[in-house]
Amino acid sequence: MNINLTLIAQAISFAILIWFTTKFVWPYLLNAIETRQKTIADGLAAAERGKQELEVATQRSAEVVNDAKQKATSIITQAEKRASEIVEEAKANAKAEGDRIITGAKAEIDQEVNRAKEGLRQQVSALAVAGAEKILRKEIDAKAHADLLTSIANEL
Amino acid sequence: MATGHLTPSEYIGHHLSFNQKVIGDTGFWVLHMDTLITSALLGIVVFGLLWWVVRGATSGVPTKRQAFVELLVEFVDNQVKSIFHGNRHAFIAPLALTVFVWVLVMNAMDFLPIDIMAIVYGWLGLHEWRSVPTSDINATFALALAVWLLMIFFSIKVKGLGGWIHELFCSPFGTNPLVWPANFAFNLIEYISKPLSHSLRLFGNMYAGEIIFLLLGMWAATGLAGTFFGALLGAGWAIFHILIVCLQAFIFMMLTVVYLSMAHESH
Repeated sequence: MNINLTLIAQAISFAILIWFTTKFVWPYLLNAIETRQKTIADGLAAAERGKQELEVATQRSAEVVNDAKQKATSIITQAEKRASEIVEEAKANAKAEGDRIITGAKAEIDQEVNRAKEGLRQQVSALAVAGAEKILRKEIDAKAHADLLTSIANEL
Repeated sequence: MATGHLTPSEYIGHHLSFNQKVIGDTGFWVLHMDTLITSALLGIVVFGLLWWVVRGATSGVPTKRQAFVELLVEFVDNQVKSIFHGNRHAFIAPLALTVFVWVLVMNAMDFLPIDIMAIVYGWLGLHEWRSVPTSDINATFALALAVWLLMIFFSIKVKGLGGWIHELFCSPFGTNPLVWPANFAFNLIEYISKPLSHSLRLFGNMYAGEIIFLLLGMWAATGLAGTFFGALLGAGWAIFHILIVCLQAFIFMMLTVVYLSMAHESH
């Protein structure tokens, strides 16, 4: 229980230990710990950044898909409209063509009918004359009754 | 058993006497070789170990050894961080680590069974040798005094010599010249009581722990029942002592940090 020189000797060894720890133990370990902390913090920040970037990319891809969908829809709509237009046009054309063909055919038929009528008329008159000639023979003079025959033929 | 031919007071006296080396003629010029050598050896071993682990410290994935040391260092660092506001890494935190680890291992010498250690020391030719450096008032007072000197050093370094003297006379009551004596008396008491309470707390705990172990050892020498109950109570006291050893080391460190951070703050 008496204070003596041990006090001073012990204080000196304490001072040496403090110096040693301050110089050789603390800084090395602190350096390692701080470097690791920084690495971890960087990693976490990078992960966070990656997450944000992923979110932005997801948003953008959704926008792009939406745009594409809208465009596709409008293209389809236009195409449908154009198709129905084309169909309508084709229908109109076909109808006009048909009408034209019908008109032409009708005209041709009329012509043919007329021609046939003419031919028939002439043949009928000749036939009538021949018939009449055969029936009447001499009593009828073809020349004298030509006018009459012509008027008959005309009436046919 | 060595105590067979000893009276109880001789037994205790034997275990509590230092290995002294007289240097001068007055009572002050004496060295306690057991305290000095044990503490120095412990310091060399433990801080050598720390140095060895820390020298290969990696900032990547740490080994188990390094993780353990880091746990210790971060424990100390967190305590310092909560008390001291400044650049603690320059001095205060390493100091706290030194104090904590050194006091802890010096206290832990108390776990070694005192009579068996006496036999071991006897083989080495050391007949008066105390295992626990912190149960020597010189050791604890040396630490407290060193901290006290650092306290004054930092007070002067932070506030300047004038600032420190101003604080001695002008706090805690004010700057009025009438209260200067009261202020100074207050600060004087504070400066005296700090190292005393700091060192005596640790010394008292460790010394009392040693005495109790000795008393139980003495009881063990009285007969079979004494041996049985002495061993039982000794085991109980040793288990309780684990708490005391760690707690006193922690308290010593905390007080060191508190005193030094108070020295950094101006009132």
